Amino acid sequence: MNSKKSHFTITDPWIWKMAWRDGRHHWQRLFLFLLSIVMGTAALVAIQSMSDNLKRDIDEQAKTLLGADLVISSRQPFSSEVESFIDSLGGKQSREITFASMIYFKKNNGTRLIQVKSVEGAFPYYGALETVPSDAAGSFRQGGRALVDHGLMLQFGAEVGDTITLGSHSFVIEGRLQKVPGESAATQLVSPPVYISMRDLESTNLMKRGSRVVHRVYFKFDEKVDMDVLSEEIKPRLRAYQLGYETVESRKANLGKVFGDLYRYLNLVGFIALLLGCLGVASAVHVFINQKIPTIAVLRCIGARAKDTFAIHLIQVLCIAMLGAFLGAAAGSAIQIFLPGLLKEFIPVEVNPYVSWNAILRGLTISLSMALLFALLPLISIRKVSPLHTLRSTVSENNSRDIWRGVILVLIVAVVSIFSGMQIGRWSYGIGFTAAMAVVFGLIILIAKLMMRLVKTSFPRSWSYVWRQALANLYRPHNQTVMLMLSIGLGTFLIVSLYLTQDTLIKQIAIADSGKQPNLVFFDIQTDQQEEAEQMVRSMGAPVIQKVPIVTMRVAAIKGLTMEEIRKDSNSTVPRWVQEFRCTYRDTLTNTETILSGHWGRPVVGQDSILISVEKGMAENLNVSVGDTIVFDVQGVMMTTIVGSIREVNWRRVQPNFFVVFPTGVLESAPQFWVLVTRVTSAEMSASLQQAMVKRFPNISAVDLALILRTVDAILEKISFVIRFMALFSIGTGFVVLIGAILTSRFQRIQESVLLRTLGAVRKQIARIMGIEYLWLGSFAALSGCVLALLGSWALAFFVFDTPYDPVIMPVAVVFILIVGLTVFLGMFITRDISRKPPLEVLRKET
Amino acid sequence: MSNILRVQELSKSYRSGSRDLTVLYDVSFSIPGGSTCAVVGPSGSGKTTLLGLCAGLDHPSRGSVHLNDTQMDLLDEDARALLRNQHVGFVFQNFQLIPTLTALENVMVPLELRGESRADLPAQAWLDRVGLGDRMDHYPVQLSGGEQQRVALARAFINQPKILFADEPTGNLDDETSHKIVELLFELNKEIGTALVLVTHNLELAQLTQRIIRLRNGKIVSDELNQGQDN
Repeated sequence: MNSKKSHFTITDPWIWKMAWRDGRHHWQRLFLFLLSIVMGTAALVAIQSMSDNLKRDIDEQAKTLLGADLVISSRQPFSSEVESFIDSLGGKQSREITFASMIYFKKNNGTRLIQVKSVEGAFPYYGALETVPSDAAGSFRQGGRALVDHGLMLQFGAEVGDTITLGSHSFVIEGRLQKVPGESAATQLVSPPVYISMRDLESTNLMKRGSRVVHRVYFKFDEKVDMDVLSEEIKPRLRAYQLGYETVESRKANLGKVFGDLYRYLNLVGFIALLLGCLGVASAVHVFINQKIPTIAVLRCIGARAKDTFAIHLIQVLCIAMLGAFLGAAAGSAIQIFLPGLLKEFIPVEVNPYVSWNAILRGLTISLSMALLFALLPLISIRKVSPLHTLRSTVSENNSRDIWRGVILVLIVAVVSIFSGMQIGRWSYGIGFTAAMAVVFGLIILIAKLMMRLVKTSFPRSWSYVWRQALANLYRPHNQTVMLMLSIGLGTFLIVSLYLTQDTLIKQIAIADSGKQPNLVFFDIQTDQQEEAEQMVRSMGAPVIQKVPIVTMRVAAIKGLTMEEIRKDSNSTVPRWVQEFRCTYRDTLTNTETILSGHWGRPVVGQDSILISVEKGMAENLNVSVGDTIVFDVQGVMMTTIVGSIREVNWRRVQPNFFVVFPTGVLESAPQFWVLVTRVTSAEMSASLQQAMVKRFPNISAVDLALILRTVDAILEKISFVIRFMALFSIGTGFVVLIGAILTSRFQRIQESVLLRTLGAVRKQIARIMGIEYLWLGSFAALSGCVLALLGSWALAFFVFDTPYDPVIMPVAVVFILIVGLTVFLGMFITRDISRKPPLEVLRKET
Repeated sequence: MSNILRVQELSKSYRSGSRDLTVLYDVSFSIPGGSTCAVVGPSGSGKTTLLGLCAGLDHPSRGSVHLNDTQMDLLDEDARALLRNQHVGFVFQNFQLIPTLTALENVMVPLELRGESRADLPAQAWLDRVGLGDRMDHYPVQLSGGEQQRVALARAFINQPKILFADEPTGNLDDETSHKIVELLFELNKEIGTALVLVTHNLELAQLTQRIIRLRNGKIVSDELNQGQDN
């Protein structure tokens, strides 16, 4: 018989035929591998699909986001010049005046800070105010009636037809407000809207000078009007008049940015699931290759080259990876149908799930390339399998360095950096993420090795045989200790980190409501109301912690340049939002302030001007330092000031803090309102005080920090539910990795167990040995994960949130116990046959 | 008849902890084509090590092995695999069939590795020859020990190798099955004209070969022609 061929390539049909023959009845050996990829890909595709869906729906429903083609806004009433400009723009126009105020429910004396929206005209032009009953969206405009936010009505048990008071005017509730175009349920949770007709606004008496009011004009233009051209044309005049504006495109861009951040975070959680899945891949392929060594050795013995045997198994792994990736992509596309439901309160558009081919392609590319690289790490060892395995059960392995291993490791680092950068949206973050993961991996491996050394050198020899055998298993040759520690430790680290970060965020706000910190703030107090308001607070047993005057003003010029000149200067670093300031005046620093440069209240030598103090961050924004001039337009009066000092302010303290503080003797006669800060000891006291204040002074509003805390808590709870939902993929994949790692050492355990049983060990002893081993492993791994998560969340609190770190230990302890319990359960469950069945039966089955 | 296998001053050492452990010392012998030879010796005498080195499954520490006039230790792993595919057959104590392939597919593999497109026809013929024509589609786990060893024989002979290495070919079989396998092995050997190197503990089996090499502690202690067999 002639030799026709001496070698094969991966494209050779025989290699594919062998891969098929060899794998057709044993694909279940790669089931864990398949499962790891399915979960990782599903997480990636689900998040990306949801993100794509949202982008598409925002595009499709863009006009309903704004309810109009253009919105012009100002914090000042429009001047006659501005009114002429608005008239000149033409189109259909609708007006809205918005401000914060207190609502008072007559039925039960309930009060709460709300957003009053008084409208005139046919707004919204796109989309609709969704109300119950539906005709209320039109009928409330007739006057004397209001649309009240659905959630707010639920909170106070209000019904359509009840009476509410806004300022000094009473309204009948005309309908429940279910949805406002472009606003999410979460926005309404923070500041519930109440719509009234513009014709009733005057009679509320809430439009006092100094109130924080926003005036808006909504435009609907003819379809022929090119909004891009129009907005470019009017931009200079809008700036000149210091008017804010928003088009459909700019609203879309803003929304895209907000949701982009959330999706980038969720993408990262999905990517972590894939990364864990890839650990599972490496673990499963390692088990698979170990099982295939005899077959590989026979093939090598009868003439197959190393490359041929490698190609056969590479094809098998590649096919399973593709199957897993496709199944994962299908699962991810299915899951994303349910995800918008979880986020619906934050999404201002109706999300209609569709199959995103972009997400599928991206998910497939990322998961396939990563899975393949992680699979290659154990797979390349096939090339080193000696044909001597056919003659001997144990063959000393070829320990020579394999350059391909190094190449694959470098590729893995590069690919993880690139893909994580893609997922987060910034390459530098991708590198940072990869470095952080490498540090966590490295630390867990280090802890595992230290633990093994500690157990080997330090555990008492006098302990019972069962304990000694169990602990010796941790450092025996070919142990899986590092792999198990890595999978359990990393999973625990992710779960605990997510929890602690959420807890830190909640606590950051909760600090405001603790101890002797102020927790109730009254604002919009007019000068002639301040003394009576103060007495009212004191009469109810609450202290007046602070009472501060506030004067609203606009910046007119900085260092000799007018704001118009600054806006035109393309090199200017002064942000566009720098316009209106709410300043106070006093002659002393508060305990939240520290002077960084200049001097508080002392005139600069040789100058006789108004010396102001500017907060450090604002000074950087305005690009001013001590001695520079700033001109303020104090409600029509131009006031030239000199920066006398730069201050650092602790903004986390609950009290009125200011960017700019004037000295006394300058602003006393300017139009102003007051803020009063107090502390109440109970929710009932808070409600009584607010009710009394609103009844006596309907224009005064109150911010109840406890209510804000509950609201933020509710929002974070919802967001964290989504994050936890995505983290489930990571946790699920972590368990797959764990099962894979336990299976890896199964055969070794069988051999030991059979030997021990032959020597007379009873089932209970074998089970105890395995139980102790898994208990020890699970405990150390979970402890490593918890400690690393505590360190990580401390770093986040210290460096990112800049907040005191006070982690809650009990939930971490619960996670620790659960993880350890699960590790012991899985370990014992997977190896349950070993201790239950007769030794020979086990051996026959396994060999 | 020219020598198909020439072994010269072959030594093999392993690193065992901090010291070298030599398991084969300066072994030299030659095997003429078509002849039969048994390597016998107690456990640990170096029989399996010698077989591995002769078949190019392992590297010698010193000395050389020439197989079909090619010096094996100068070849890399893949070249040695190719040489085995062309000239060497194997029969193992534990059969070493690939568990995921059917009997037919197991026999086809050596030819397929050569690039033969219709390996199924000769493989079927060989399975018929070893009496397993009706069990071609069975997997190893569905076959008895004797049947598995027959499949292994068919796989070993399908290449018409110039030399066949058999490592305790009856070690895992009962007496009756052993007898049948041995008969078949020698019959095929004669038919194909393959040189046979048999590694065994079994002196009865060794007596069936033309020459017996005895190993002890890694050294050849005797190398004798077997008077009872034809040369």
